[in-house]
Amino acid sequence: MLKKNNKTDVIVVGAGPAGISCAITLAREGKEVVLIERGMFAGSKNVFGGAIYTQPTKEIFPNFESEAPIERRNIEHKFMILGEKDSTTISYRKNDNVSYSVIRAKFDRWAAEEAKKAGVILVEQTVVRSIIKNGTTVVGVKTELEEYYADIVILADGVNSLLAKQLKLRKNIEPKDVALSVKEVIKLDKNIINQRFNVKDNEGAIGEIFGGPMLGILGLGFMYTNSDSITIGLGVSLNDLIENNYRPYEILEKLKEHPTIAPLIEGGTLQEYSAHLIPEGGYKKVPKLCDNGVMIVGDAGMLVNNLHWEGTNLAMISGKLAGETAIDALNKGDYSRKMLSNYENALSDSFIMKDLRTYKDLMDVAHQRQKAFLSYYLKKVNSFFEMFTSVNSVPKKENYHNFIKSILKDRKISELFKDIWAVIRLLWSILV
Amino acid sequence: MSLDKKLYTLKYSPDIKSHLKPDKNQCKICESKNCTYICPAKVYEWNDETKELIVNYENCLECGACRIACERKSLDWQYPKGTKGVTFKKG
Repeated sequence: MLKKNNKTDVIVVGAGPAGISCAITLAREGKEVVLIERGMFAGSKNVFGGAIYTQPTKEIFPNFESEAPIERRNIEHKFMILGEKDSTTISYRKNDNVSYSVIRAKFDRWAAEEAKKAGVILVEQTVVRSIIKNGTTVVGVKTELEEYYADIVILADGVNSLLAKQLKLRKNIEPKDVALSVKEVIKLDKNIINQRFNVKDNEGAIGEIFGGPMLGILGLGFMYTNSDSITIGLGVSLNDLIENNYRPYEILEKLKEHPTIAPLIEGGTLQEYSAHLIPEGGYKKVPKLCDNGVMIVGDAGMLVNNLHWEGTNLAMISGKLAGETAIDALNKGDYSRKMLSNYENALSDSFIMKDLRTYKDLMDVAHQRQKAFLSYYLKKVNSFFEMFTSVNSVPKKENYHNFIKSILKDRKISELFKDIWAVIRLLWSILV
Repeated sequence: MSLDKKLYTLKYSPDIKSHLKPDKNQCKICESKNCTYICPAKVYEWNDETKELIVNYENCLECGACRIACERKSLDWQYPKGTKGVTFKKG
């Protein structure tokens, strides 16, 4: 298949959104690309929350809305703040096409087929075990069976990126730099989903879930509607699981039993349980993304914007940018770090690094003030609405005074000031 | 719902050898044994009689959490062979 001696222009390790986007970008410019995937098929080891984003996906696959296996077009985004038994939901609804729910195993497989059509050589069921270097330059990869050589190797091997570690491009990942996510896909009749989520066929809703069984820990839940199933899951900081001796699937069970969530999934049958790590270290933990003969894209590069539930889009666009740099490098015959650092520059000029930089202090504040912002105030939102909606012949002014007094009683003035200061500091770092 | 029932929904093609190799001496002196509860597939169980870590690698979801959570950083964690391990039909 290859021109000579197992040598190609570019090897991409990992057929997820980042790797496929990178490979297809290169193949469309006539470059020879080998895309190596460890799973039975592209997508078979991949897990995510549930939505892909239209604009960035179109940049790679202009035809995806009419041709890709998509589930539902999301028209509603619910922000659900769960107390222990109650909840407050803010929901934004617009008949728009910002995102679609997809089934990873189907979508990635389709995307990999598109890459093949563009000329990418897809090698499945093959694990890359190590990197081959010539001096300080990466020149190929070693799989279980053979060696492949290339002018440029691109690592799209996901959050665990053992290969980036091998190359010492990044340090060990710490438990607070990742969230462990568990999720379930629950089969439900299409019409029941339409009724429960107030949508038509092919329209869907997203739920972002705060609190509930995650009160006080750094974790968020999520819910997506597929054609005839609902995805429900959560991601919790691995650090918090360790410190609290929590089992992730037990938290998910509690979430499913919450009075606000249970009626939405009632009567459904479990189709698939899965788990995955989410890289949440943010800007400060992004590794070196290039070196002589090598670039890192997607989750392997910690490119996730957790506050906005964005990951696949950063993966796709980082893959595309690395692909473009590789095309340039191949045309010039220069695979040095200096040349490939154009990829890092392109990332810095794009929304990817700009957004990660915007939220560079977010995780620090979240870890420091999680008891306040992910427990106390979430409960307080619910108790405010409990007070506001109560009808008990108590004068309203008294209700308000009691509510304010309860805050002053629960939290020391010094803690309140720390909370306010944290918000100001965070807003300052985001906006300035 | 029990974890066993959840795992039953998955398609596995287990290898004959484990891809997860904890350093058993380190496990003996490990205090937290984080892996025994953070693992989403309960791959690790501590046998208090034999003082050994049982590794049900056949159930592994390949997330990598145990590798990062390991207190003693003494878990040799590799991906299963290309045709082995879990296959997600949904993901």
